[in-house]
Amino acid sequence: MQLTLNGLAVGCIYGLVALGFVLIYKATELVNFAQGDLLMLGAFVCYMAVVWWGLDYWVGFLIAVVAVGAFGALLDRVVLRQVIGQPQFAVVMLTIGLGAMFRTFASVTWGSEIYTLPTPFSGVWTVGGVTLSHQYLSIVFGTLLLCGVLYAFFNHTRIGVAMQATSQNQLAAYYMGIPVKLIFSLIWAISAGVAAAAGILLAPVTLIDINMGLAVALKAFAAAVLGGFGSIPGALMGGIVIGLIELYAGATLPEGFKDTAPYIVLLIMLIVRPQGLFGTMARKKV
Amino acid sequence: MAEPILKVSNIETYYGPIMAIRGVSFDVPKGSIVTILGANGAGKTTVLKTVSGVMDPQKGSVVFDGREIQRMDPDKVMRLGISHVPEGREVFPFLSVRENLNMGAYTRRDADGVAQDLETVFGYFPVLKARAEQRAGSLSGGEQQMLAISRALMARPQVILLDEPSLGLSPKLVKDIFEIVVRINRERGVTILLVEQNANMALQTADYGYVLEVGRIVMADTCKRLMEKEDIKEFYLGIKEESARGKRRWKKRKTWR
Ligand SMILES: Nc1ncnc2c1ncn2[C@@H]1O[C@H](COP(=O)(O)OP(=O)(O)O)[C@@H](O)[C@H]1O
Ligand SMILES: [Mg+2]
Repeated sequence: MQLTLNGLAVGCIYGLVALGFVLIYKATELVNFAQGDLLMLGAFVCYMAVVWWGLDYWVGFLIAVVAVGAFGALLDRVVLRQVIGQPQFAVVMLTIGLGAMFRTFASVTWGSEIYTLPTPFSGVWTVGGVTLSHQYLSIVFGTLLLCGVLYAFFNHTRIGVAMQATSQNQLAAYYMGIPVKLIFSLIWAISAGVAAAAGILLAPVTLIDINMGLAVALKAFAAAVLGGFGSIPGALMGGIVIGLIELYAGATLPEGFKDTAPYIVLLIMLIVRPQGLFGTMARKKV
Repeated sequence: MAEPILKVSNIETYYGPIMAIRGVSFDVPKGSIVTILGANGAGKTTVLKTVSGVMDPQKGSVVFDGREIQRMDPDKVMRLGISHVPEGREVFPFLSVRENLNMGAYTRRDADGVAQDLETVFGYFPVLKARAEQRAGSLSGGEQQMLAISRALMARPQVILLDEPSLGLSPKLVKDIFEIVVRINRERGVTILLVEQNANMALQTADYGYVLEVGRIVMADTCKRLMEKEDIKEFYLGIKEESARGKRRWKKRKTWR
């Protein structure tokens, strides 16, 4: 039971980061490999707000999400917009390079040790003989809440629907007078903000250091592929599946399988069902 | 003739090194329906894209309502009052019909007016009302064309650019859709620039016509007179004079250029 909760929680983090991959990919057809490092930045900014400045955890949370979100929008405006039309691999290399720059920036600003973020979630609940730690529960609830908010936003606000429209047909979005460039920046902001939130939720589990995003991003990428790269529910489900596999493999299989089991499953999946869990064959135009 | 609401002068538009539009000029009078006829590859779509700002002309000007709009971003042009119904409909496939229509009204803030216009387009195309909650991608080609026209109308534009609405549709559907286009023009006073390969339908619908060949305008006249011209009859309407048929087949050359 505890193991399932832990797997679920870790999977939620993968899912959130995968969601960021998918949002950006659907809108701009670009894979942002710096997603994991945005997660790391989120955790550090929150740490700085709480430990250095002595602010409340929730205030720190908010500051980090907003700051990293704004940073994401800025990245889109000043960096990614310049490379539109360049070959895919050049853009991929660019985002990998950006990630490395963020890690350097973090080690210069905050230092390269390992830090602990104090959180309000230190207790446990004992329900019918099983103990559920608040840390892991907070991740699951945080993810649910975030997904609920995003779902409502994308389906029930004008700008949210316009984001969907832009992802489905960019040219037609221009014809509707939708400010496509602004929409791209907003999508970057959301992806970066969600990654930051994931980093803060994950901080009590993995602790904070400059490389915390790397392993997460790799698994989240696998989660996005598992979910069909392009499907948001798929990304979340993919994340949870990978989180569960990882923890169960770690507990039941010999040493070393914890980290390889998710990729073995991914490999099998790609052979058996190449379009992913939720993938559709529909391709987007333009 | 009324003052042109849209005046295109000597535009030249390129795809990289390829010159697709070679100095095209035409006027669209306010409240009229103007058509540009041309075969596949003549440059019709490129002309419309240049007007709506998706492509920038190397030379020449596009003046809308007394204002130069060439090289303006497409969303700005759209806000000024020109809606583009692109070739191939280009609906948002995973949004519902209603959401697609709402996206057409994206730039508007008058909720009452939008609701009113929604009823108007449902009046023109009742099938869209019946399918309002369905995904646009699941509609038939004709229904998607209706949706694309309605979506453009939702912006309450002064001018609609219509790119080959007849493409891939049955003659009956084409007739129905063109009837609505005429009603939109007459009842709502929307100026329409229609580009078509289907010369027959376009000439019956429009007031004034231009003929585009390989990036140049080669003929311009009222549609009534265009329909009478031998070249148009033969090359665009597919009608041949029985009497002189044998000779004509070998000797007849296009008389323009
Ligand atoms: N994306 C493109 N790249 C290069 N050439 C193009 C492109 N689109 C159209 N063209 C060329 O421009 C000319 C005009 O095309 P287009 O405006 O689409 O014609 P029409 O709409 O009348 O069929 C054609 O010769 C076509 O080959
Ligand atoms: Mg065309």
